[in-house]
Amino acid sequence: MTRRYSAFSLFKEGLAGQTGWEPAWRSPSPKKSYDAIIIGGGGHGLATAYYLAKTHGVTNVAVLEKGWIGGGNTGRNTTVVRSNYYYPESVALYGLAHRLYEGLGQDLNYNVMLSQRGMISLCHSAIEMEIAARTVNAMQISGIDAELYSVDDVRRVAPIYNFSADARYPVFGGVWQGRAGTARHDAVAWGYARAASGLGVDIIQNCEVTDFIIADGRCRGVVTTRGEMRADRIGMAVAGHSSVLAAKAGFHLPINSYALQACVSEPVKPILDTVVLSPGTGVYVSQSDKGEMVIGGALDRIPSYGQRGNLPTLEGVISGLLEMFPAFGQLKLMRQWAGIVDVVPDSSPIIGESPLPGLFLNCGWGTGGFKAIPAGGTLLAHLLATGKHNDISRPFDLDRFVTGRLIDEAAGSGIAH
Amino acid sequence: MQIFTCPFCGPRDESEFHFGGEAGNTRPDGAGVPAERWAQYLYMRANPKGATREVWVHLTCGEFFVMERDSVGHKVAASQALGGAEKSE
Amino acid sequence: MSAERLSTGGSAIDRARPLSFSFDGRKVDAFAGDTIAAALLANDVAIVGRSFKYHRPRGVWGSGVEEPNALVDIAGRGPNTRATTEAARQGLVAVSVNASPDAARDRSAFLDRFARFIPAAFYYKTFMWPDWHRFEPRIRAMAGLGKVDPTWTAPEAADQINHHCDVLVVGAGPAGLAAARLAAHEGKSVLLVDEQMVPGGSLRHRDGEIDGKSTAQWITESLSAVTGAGQLFLPATTAFGIYDHNLVALNQRHQDGRPDTLWRVRPRRIILATGALERPLPFADNDLPGIMAADAALVYLRCYAVRVGRRIVIATNNDSAYEVAEALIEAGAAVTLIDMRQDGLPSAPKGVTVLRGRMIASAQGKSSVESVTLDDGTRLTVDSVLVSGGWTPTLHLFCQARSKLAWSEKRAAFLPGDPVEGIAVAGAANGAVSLSEVFTDAVRATQSPSPAPASTGREASGGVVPAWPIAGAKGRIWIDYQSDVTAKDVELAARENFVSVEHLKRYTTLGMATDQGKTSNLLGLALLAGISGRSIAETGTTTYRPPFTPVPLTSFAGPRSGELMAPVRRLPLENTHRAQGAVFQEYGGWLRPAFYGGTDAEAAIQDEARRARQSAALFDGSTLGKIEVIGPQAAAFVDFIYYNTMSTLKPGRCRYGFMLSENGVVFDDGILVRLDEHRFIVSCSTSHVGAVHVRLEEWRQDRFGRDAVYIHNATSEMATLTVSGPASKQLLATLDLGLSLADADLPHMAIGEGRFAGDLLRVARVSFTGDRSYELSIRADRAEILWRSLQEAGKAFDAVTLGLEALMILRAEKGYIVISKDTDGTTMPQDLGVDGPRTKRQTDYVGRRSLFTEVAQAPNRLQLVGLAVPDGEPPLAPGAHGILQDGLKLRSQGFVTSSYLSPVLGRPIALALIERGAARHGETIDMQHLGQKRHATITAPCVFDPSGARFNA
Repeated sequence: MTRRYSAFSLFKEGLAGQTGWEPAWRSPSPKKSYDAIIIGGGGHGLATAYYLAKTHGVTNVAVLEKGWIGGGNTGRNTTVVRSNYYYPESVALYGLAHRLYEGLGQDLNYNVMLSQRGMISLCHSAIEMEIAARTVNAMQISGIDAELYSVDDVRRVAPIYNFSADARYPVFGGVWQGRAGTARHDAVAWGYARAASGLGVDIIQNCEVTDFIIADGRCRGVVTTRGEMRADRIGMAVAGHSSVLAAKAGFHLPINSYALQACVSEPVKPILDTVVLSPGTGVYVSQSDKGEMVIGGALDRIPSYGQRGNLPTLEGVISGLLEMFPAFGQLKLMRQWAGIVDVVPDSSPIIGESPLPGLFLNCGWGTGGFKAIPAGGTLLAHLLATGKHNDISRPFDLDRFVTGRLIDEAAGSGIAH
Repeated sequence: MQIFTCPFCGPRDESEFHFGGEAGNTRPDGAGVPAERWAQYLYMRANPKGATREVWVHLTCGEFFVMERDSVGHKVAASQALGGAEKSE
Repeated sequence: MSAERLSTGGSAIDRARPLSFSFDGRKVDAFAGDTIAAALLANDVAIVGRSFKYHRPRGVWGSGVEEPNALVDIAGRGPNTRATTEAARQGLVAVSVNASPDAARDRSAFLDRFARFIPAAFYYKTFMWPDWHRFEPRIRAMAGLGKVDPTWTAPEAADQINHHCDVLVVGAGPAGLAAARLAAHEGKSVLLVDEQMVPGGSLRHRDGEIDGKSTAQWITESLSAVTGAGQLFLPATTAFGIYDHNLVALNQRHQDGRPDTLWRVRPRRIILATGALERPLPFADNDLPGIMAADAALVYLRCYAVRVGRRIVIATNNDSAYEVAEALIEAGAAVTLIDMRQDGLPSAPKGVTVLRGRMIASAQGKSSVESVTLDDGTRLTVDSVLVSGGWTPTLHLFCQARSKLAWSEKRAAFLPGDPVEGIAVAGAANGAVSLSEVFTDAVRATQSPSPAPASTGREASGGVVPAWPIAGAKGRIWIDYQSDVTAKDVELAARENFVSVEHLKRYTTLGMATDQGKTSNLLGLALLAGISGRSIAETGTTTYRPPFTPVPLTSFAGPRSGELMAPVRRLPLENTHRAQGAVFQEYGGWLRPAFYGGTDAEAAIQDEARRARQSAALFDGSTLGKIEVIGPQAAAFVDFIYYNTMSTLKPGRCRYGFMLSENGVVFDDGILVRLDEHRFIVSCSTSHVGAVHVRLEEWRQDRFGRDAVYIHNATSEMATLTVSGPASKQLLATLDLGLSLADADLPHMAIGEGRFAGDLLRVARVSFTGDRSYELSIRADRAEILWRSLQEAGKAFDAVTLGLEALMILRAEKGYIVISKDTDGTTMPQDLGVDGPRTKRQTDYVGRRSLFTEVAQAPNRLQLVGLAVPDGEPPLAPGAHGILQDGLKLRSQGFVTSSYLSPVLGRPIALALIERGAARHGETIDMQHLGQKRHATITAPCVFDPSGARFNA
């Protein structure tokens, strides 16, 4: 059992020089076989392990991470948590994630700093306001909190926005989700890792899967840089590299890999209290608790596995940001990076059994995987434990590309991602 | 800013180009194509990490062409007009 | 501290030009040439800022971009400016960051006393009960450094410059100058940049003689050799990023108040002569003000004539501090040199006490350092401590170019590993220590056959012993000054299994401050390596990311603001419309008249729509796409492109059709005109012209070939002016158009060619209003004459000029759709009531197979309908949903896509996509908008003149 974190334990350790803390997670040697193996030690993989152990009592589980846990997109995103989706299938999925996020700190006994400061997705024209109304109505019908905001409402939640009459993208209003916000991305990975490890899950870092063990048409295990491991149920949650593993398992996925860039400014005192997204500029921004502006934008235009920022996209994003917030022209860019995301034709995730029986997929989250971590974990854990979909994951099966039942949020609403 | 070579116009900034898809993804014609085959054509991709062969369009001149490049290091190996001659970097 | 300005010396300052500025409300005297940090030191300001977390007092550490402590907010210049690189200017107002009321008297200084309870990452372990939201606002207010002025606006746009050259040399120190000089001599185009305001690098303050000349003379000569050959030197310019294909981004600072300039440089070859940064030494309370880098103290002495103290202890593990000791003795300070090394020491400078094999264990002092205690217990009273913990080559750019570093035990530093194509590293950045090594290395890097400059300077040995923090050491040893990370924090992270360097960084925030760990990273990872029993090489570094130093956001934005963000497209007749009182709005990227005249938009739009049905209406439809498809296989081509069979169209006739995407979704709609056997004009939606053109090209090149079809986008060549309404024919008849308007010659859905004022005129009888209509296409530059003639002719018919809003009403009355308003990304042609081609066509076309997937044949598809509201009720809200109570759950049945008050019908009309709508005409449906419920009746989409009689009326 891991030691509980609390103000009291912190105080006690303070008196003792903080020397009594245990490892947040164990680093055991890999075993030869497990009941389930999860490839990918990001948020989704670690959450899968946690819910397998906690909800389904399956604790003989390994999480295999080729680098360090949380080092992929979990540690590279802009930390937005929201569930303002159009289609009921998406609402069910992201709504589940959002609810779980709301109790995650206490559930994991790890402060993931969920900050529900609200998010405004702006509208820049009368037409966009009509689409926004369509979106808000859809969300209200599906039972998700959403409001249609007027210009004055926007002025209230983002007073330093550029409301000038000659702005390139004038504000007509926007879609507000009050429960939306941000969470501390690293803490989500570490919190799940600590809780899963405490329940008996083996977290194995620096362990890259190089091949699958396939027998009788089923996936029976994996070959890794740290030896072979067997399991009858294998899940993969390796955003950005899903196609690479799929190729090893002998199938293709409807995925292209693209770099998504993000950047932060130098830290300044609080000046922006909400998450703001402008579809005109494609830019979204929030201020971290540390004071940095966390800035994201559109995908790069060139398919890539290079986890590296580039200049033209950055210039586009920053000019968009300054159009939204001219006062941010006083700020300096401190750090720029990129993550590799799985881009799927309908921008919805793929959850379900792969064409190779015994291998289950959690991929295709595009730019929005972080907000879905608790749901992605819950659903993949359900699949691994039962071998079956539940109602929430069913629509996201790979078979939708054959039936044509795509869940394309861009098709249904004005929200880009 | 990467530099791509249009077989017709020579080396240009990446912003003049648009990704067209993986090379060799042949369209199956007809209403009777099996659903799985159609889905494969429409959606399924090799998405290789490393050497790739892709169709690009140079928006400035409107010509589609095939480019070979590395999807990790971004080094461009060659570009070639559709059915035309190779033009090396 | 007892820093002071000496009465003579100072190569960088101009004593004839005194100036003053304010820091934290206090007047600071300076000279032209001073940096803010130099001036603060000259005025003996010990505390220049407060640390991020514990609000520890901090003084100036360095003399360059690595500075972790001396950050100031400068009025009009923005927050978090490095005082070590910012020039002192007359009247400048600087305020310390993260301190209130000021750095010296910061109210939050008490936090340091609670440090033991708030170690690294403490926030993950607490604040969970009852809820993080209770604590967050106060934590946020504590965090952050400087302040943003919310009312600030950019005085002018930053410049952005593209530059090509043979060789880009980064760093104008000895290696960079030598390399640039050689390259220029060989006739190459050279760009030499240096982040300092003046060139020279270490030569500015270090001893030496080169080719028999003083360093100052050699710098001047070398620079003249570069610029004299017509090559460019940019001072105050930092290369901050190497991107794909070796594009280098530079940040150029200006002294005249202009915003910084972004340079995008594409060099054939990059020479990184970026030097090395001095590391701190690990001892307890090594962060006290008055403790600074030894090399920086020499910079302040020689360039700014500032002696940083009178009683100085210099602690070192290498040779570089000896020159500092000698210079300070000469400047009148008392200096004790403490060298960690037992052997291989240089000879002691005259008057300097050298303690061999010793190190500092701790420093003491209240607001600045007052004494140090050595590892043998000796206590020395001091007013300044200078440290040199060895040199870290500056390889950030090299690493950004995706290359690896190699650990050198001998140098106790990471050096360049595998080479990268097009990039060479030279000088101290490559591990060279003495000046002669630096020059030899620079010549190698330029691949030049010339001999290296001969140096007779001080030849340092390069001998260094590692000075890494050790686990379990007493007191608080500061690793990252700005982020407040101590050795104990690193130990805590390791204890908790955060043993990957990336985990260490993220868990403790080591290296994540504005200095990005330039002075701290290596100490942190060396300590981690020691704790986890790995070598430094095995432990590795974190990823180096751009920018090397913080870059103003304005540099990236450049001129792209306001309309230049995304320029709107403008009609050829824009000014004419303005003169007519048009109110413009942006539609699909085009600025178009929404309505004409009046301040009451609603009334004006209703009036236009009403009058259009009465007599005649004029409309500027120039934005409509006009793409010509020409060639022997043009007919087969349009058959493949369109959902509808088009090859059966007769020359001179028009047909309405859909273009689908391969996934079966309606991508665009419009009229196809067949001019002759082999020539068509595709008209497409305004906002889709570019995309349609690319699609046509793609299919042409992929499937038909160059010889079969030719495609020409004529959209911007031709303006299209529409005359619609019952009187349209009579109106046109008053003009000389050179063609017969008789319905037998020019029936509905036919096209004719005439001439207007000598120019070709195409007249198409197609209608988006439902009334008899003529679309007149003419060269764009002649549109104005035609428009004026139509307006003039229209007077007799009380013709009205239509804005787009009124046109929207007219087309909605007819049930005509606007793509992506009345359709979404799932709408297929059968949903719009056009199922014929799907069931009947035998030849292949784009999107065909997708019309037969499971979802395409589903019974519950959203279909286009009209919606009527009960008498006397207002229009439905666009975006309102049809709802259905499905058991316990409410669910959507579709939504309103267009909704207007129809003046001709005198009641609201609406178009909607409703589940199974085509089969439900006459049914009542519940609607919901923002929580309000209403009823509506499902109707056919067309509610005005369903028989189409008015086309010919």
